[in-house]
Amino acid sequence: MKRLLLAGVVLAASIAGSGPVWADPVEDTLEIDGMPIVTQTAAPEGHPFDEVYSGWLFRSAETRDLERDTFENPGMIAVEDGEAMWNTVMGSEGKSCASCHEDASVSMKGVGAHYPKWDADSGKPINVELQINKCLTEQMGAEPLPFNKNGQRELTAYIKHQSLGMPVELDLTEGDMQSWWDRGKDVYYTRTGQLNLACASCHETAMGKMIRADHLSQGQVNGFPTYRLKNGLTSLHQRFRGCIRDTRAEQPKAFSDDLMALETYVTWRGTGLSVETPSVRQ
Amino acid sequence: MTRRIKFTLGAIAAVVLSTAAFASEVAPDAVEYGDEGVMTSLTGVAGDPAAGAETFKSRKLGNCLACHANPDMAGEQFHGDVGPSLEGVADRWEEPMLRAIVANSKQIFTDETIMPGFYSLEVGKHVRESLVGETILTAQQVEDVVAYLGTLKE
Ligand code: HEC
Ligand code: HEC
Repeated sequence: MKRLLLAGVVLAASIAGSGPVWADPVEDTLEIDGMPIVTQTAAPEGHPFDEVYSGWLFRSAETRDLERDTFENPGMIAVEDGEAMWNTVMGSEGKSCASCHEDASVSMKGVGAHYPKWDADSGKPINVELQINKCLTEQMGAEPLPFNKNGQRELTAYIKHQSLGMPVELDLTEGDMQSWWDRGKDVYYTRTGQLNLACASCHETAMGKMIRADHLSQGQVNGFPTYRLKNGLTSLHQRFRGCIRDTRAEQPKAFSDDLMALETYVTWRGTGLSVETPSVRQ
Repeated sequence: MTRRIKFTLGAIAAVVLSTAAFASEVAPDAVEYGDEGVMTSLTGVAGDPAAGAETFKSRKLGNCLACHANPDMAGEQFHGDVGPSLEGVADRWEEPMLRAIVANSKQIFTDETIMPGFYSLEVGKHVRESLVGETILTAQQVEDVVAYLGTLKE
């Protein structure tokens, strides 16, 4: 019965025949200040898609152009603010990030491409935001930065920007990374909220479709923190929380175990895409 | 004193009225889905197609345009294409099937469908606290939307 009806729907859809305006990611290539950016590549083994696509390929020509040029990219102001923080002494030990790590363009290169990583101390994956807090509290005698406040987004953007163009690749063999990946996968496919939708409903099943005015991408994370034209600099866990809120569910806390697992899993789903931080999105 | 009595009487009248409205309303978990769809009205009150069109458009209510193109609403910006176009949908489905699709499409398509159940308590995890036990649309709003869909003929 269900089968039969579904066939009816498919038939109806093809009779209606109104082809979607932009069904697929655009064909376009990205270079940022001469640096080639991989926005489309073969998916890793075990991935539901054959090809992974950057969210950049789903945005309008104007939005794409803003990201091509670091002078035009409004997110670069945040990166500069992050650089100033990098060199600012914080906490009772009289140290800045630069006191230990010196030139970020050398010491932080690759960090944005390989986090989250296994953190043996906490027995959990750690992301860049939490690594910053670990340094602040354990090395610098400072308070941790609260979620999305006091420059957390800017400093994270500065650090990830040092990996611009590098392919995302996680090491899932470290510690228990694999079991956090498994848990993240569960979260990704779990339907939430009154609207009863999972991440996969929008970013896998309906990828490439229009949901009202929005062109649904694969929901990749390689450009975070991202500059959103309507909201400014947006952190990854803020984006996760926003998508979950839109299903009319309670929002999990930033850096909660569920969201750390989700970050691990979704980062893997973008394996091979270049780091684009700070990407520009609508 | 008189004021108080009036108020109380008014309140009683209101309670009686709303109970009357509820008496003939089918609860979300009591809706019967058969091979032809849902045969009986959820409220016993005929749907109003004009109200249904508003519910269909409204981002706060049906937000049906988020996923469906609808040439009958060409004046509205941004029609989605997550689901099929609803052009001529009333030529494809009878009223009981339209009612079933809107009330809980998972009963009609598959459990995997993206389309939310608008009069169903089969929902996802961690539903926002203020919405627990609530359906997306009321029974009458479903009837109104179904009446509106019934006007979409080629
Ligand atoms: C109701 C539909 C819907 C659901 C469910 C949903 N999202 Fe999204 N998401 C969107 C829309 C719309 C956008 C903006 C357009 C785009 O990039 O796809 C977006 C954007 C994103 C982005 C930004 C992509 C970029 O290129 O910057 C990420 C990351 C993301 N979603 C992850 C998730 C995750 C993880 C979940 C589940 C916890 C989820 N989404 C659930 C609709 C949804
Ligand atoms: C989040 C996406 C989404 C929303 C919102 C949504 N639908 Fe759907 N709808 C679908 C999909 C997808 C299908 C096709 C069945 C399938 O593939 O599961 C569908 C199918 C239908 C059909 C059958 C169409 C045909 O041609 O046979 C009708 C009727 C319908 N929807 C009406 C509505 C109405 C009315 C609303 C709002 C009250 C609505 N939908 C909201 C996704 C959605």
